[in-house]
Amino acid sequence: MSLAPAPLTRLSSSGLRVASSGRRTIGIHAVLIGYALIALTPVLLIVMNSFKTREAIFGRPFFPPLPGVFSTSGYLTMFERAHFARYFANSAIVAGAAMTLILLLGAMAGFALAEYRFRGNAWIGLYLALGIMIPIRLGTVSILRIMSSLGLVNTLVALILVYAAQGLPLAVFILQQFMRQVPQDLKDAARIDGMSEYRIFWLILPLVRPAVATVAVFTMIPIWNDLWFPLILAPGEATKTLTLGAQAFIGQFISDWNAILASLTLAMVPVLAVYMLVSRNLIRGLTAGALK
Amino acid sequence: MTPRVRYFPTHIVVFILPAAALYTAFMVYPLFDSLRTSLQGAHEGGGALFVGLSNYVRLVTDPVYAPRFWGALQHNLTFFAIHMLVQNPVALMLAALLSARDLAGRALYRTVLFAPTVLSFVIVGFIWQLMLSPLWGVAGGVMRFVGLGAYFRPWLGLEGYALVTLSLVSVWQFVGIPLMLFHVALLGIPDELREAAHVDGASGWRVFWGIEFPLILPVVGLVAILTYVGNFNAFDLIYTVKGALAGPNFSTDILGTFFYRTFFGFQLQMGNPVMGATVAGAMFVLVLVGVLLYLFAWQRWVEARVL
Repeated sequence: MSLAPAPLTRLSSSGLRVASSGRRTIGIHAVLIGYALIALTPVLLIVMNSFKTREAIFGRPFFPPLPGVFSTSGYLTMFERAHFARYFANSAIVAGAAMTLILLLGAMAGFALAEYRFRGNAWIGLYLALGIMIPIRLGTVSILRIMSSLGLVNTLVALILVYAAQGLPLAVFILQQFMRQVPQDLKDAARIDGMSEYRIFWLILPLVRPAVATVAVFTMIPIWNDLWFPLILAPGEATKTLTLGAQAFIGQFISDWNAILASLTLAMVPVLAVYMLVSRNLIRGLTAGALK
Repeated sequence: MTPRVRYFPTHIVVFILPAAALYTAFMVYPLFDSLRTSLQGAHEGGGALFVGLSNYVRLVTDPVYAPRFWGALQHNLTFFAIHMLVQNPVALMLAALLSARDLAGRALYRTVLFAPTVLSFVIVGFIWQLMLSPLWGVAGGVMRFVGLGAYFRPWLGLEGYALVTLSLVSVWQFVGIPLMLFHVALLGIPDELREAAHVDGASGWRVFWGIEFPLILPVVGLVAILTYVGNFNAFDLIYTVKGALAGPNFSTDILGTFFYRTFFGFQLQMGNPVMGATVAGAMFVLVLVGVLLYLFAWQRWVEARVL
């Protein structure tokens, strides 16, 4: 490379880059839109067809549910035959209670591990973190034995305890990292004011709210969606969760397409709605964590 | 800095004990108790007798268990390989595009691309069962529209295709997780590094492979180990679409479904908790080998490379 014409080449090459970057941007959008269609089309087709007549579902699957082909017969069958309200309530109780335990106990342990230096701190941290990588399902034989000796089979409590144990390792690990970043001055000032360590914990907790929200969503999704433990620990009609209930109901009505499409839609929409509400903050929280 | 505790630290115990107790009682203890069970014979008198590894020998040699065990293991490897070869490269490509500077609509793309990941296996399983059903003809219709109609098959029902099809369904659902991990890692790379390379005349392709990819190698390893461990959690999708027998003719049987059948029994075969625990024990060893390789071999290699 000669030195003299360098500014010139740089100028022209950057001009070239502007032109090619326009094409590149279009290319990027084309690929992303293409994949977005792959991600969304199946979901949209299910929701759309759940509001159509049986003939229209089969005859014109890609046609929107306009008057003429509109029908809610699937939803009617479902409300008659399935106890989706109860399943939904069970799922909400299990997920809500497990989440509360995970967040509260996880934050407490994370706070202690981040805040105090004591013998065995690192070992306890490691012990609690081990569970992040080992699937709890591998202990199922023993978990079922424990639950039946405690008389907890076919109760929601069994699910709550197992999910809390499953979610704690990751919660402790993440919350501990965030607790470390809370300025020390704040805690020291509180100590000088004579606050107890417990009051200091409650003082710190709101400061790590974004981390708590991220942990909440990422432990919530697998709990809400799990089929394994409801199937094994609480398969009774009274304790069925939404995921198990939908699985059993659809299995029975496999030839009633209206009912299947309706129950899939009903099982999907609450999750997707909550996700749409929090997704912006969730992903921002994740990226902020990476950028710091 | 942090206060060094000299008196008996009651508050530390109060903070840590509840989490540690719950985790120990319902996760650590069951894992060990289950491993212990796998080393015992089911004794006539109801007591348990230590039999060493003979249940494991039975698992890999007995004509009732061995063919299913080796078959399931092989299917797990296929399942894993498809995720590594399809899910993770697609996620990396999408993440690279998504991380382009000043990309309009990035938040919307992220929301949409991650959406299938929040759905349950059960819903995803049924969605694709309907989509691919020859009865409904959505997949067949799309293929005819692009001129590939002759290639449509009822893939989920064919022995040679069902496992690959289900693996791809799982890829469709979970591509969002590696996508987000790669995306976050790429956003963390300082712009100056990229700029410097561009000024030197490197193409986008070369900047990516020469600068960005080596910097996100730690995340590549994390994605690989998460994919590997997730492989042993896969049960719900197969059970939803194919039932506990993982048909046709066990062609979609993976260790998760095999574990379930062995533990609970099916049709004519009685459930067997001891052999169930043995299957879980074998899976535990496989997970442990993977995690240890990741922690010691891979992490050490990456640290030596990056630093």
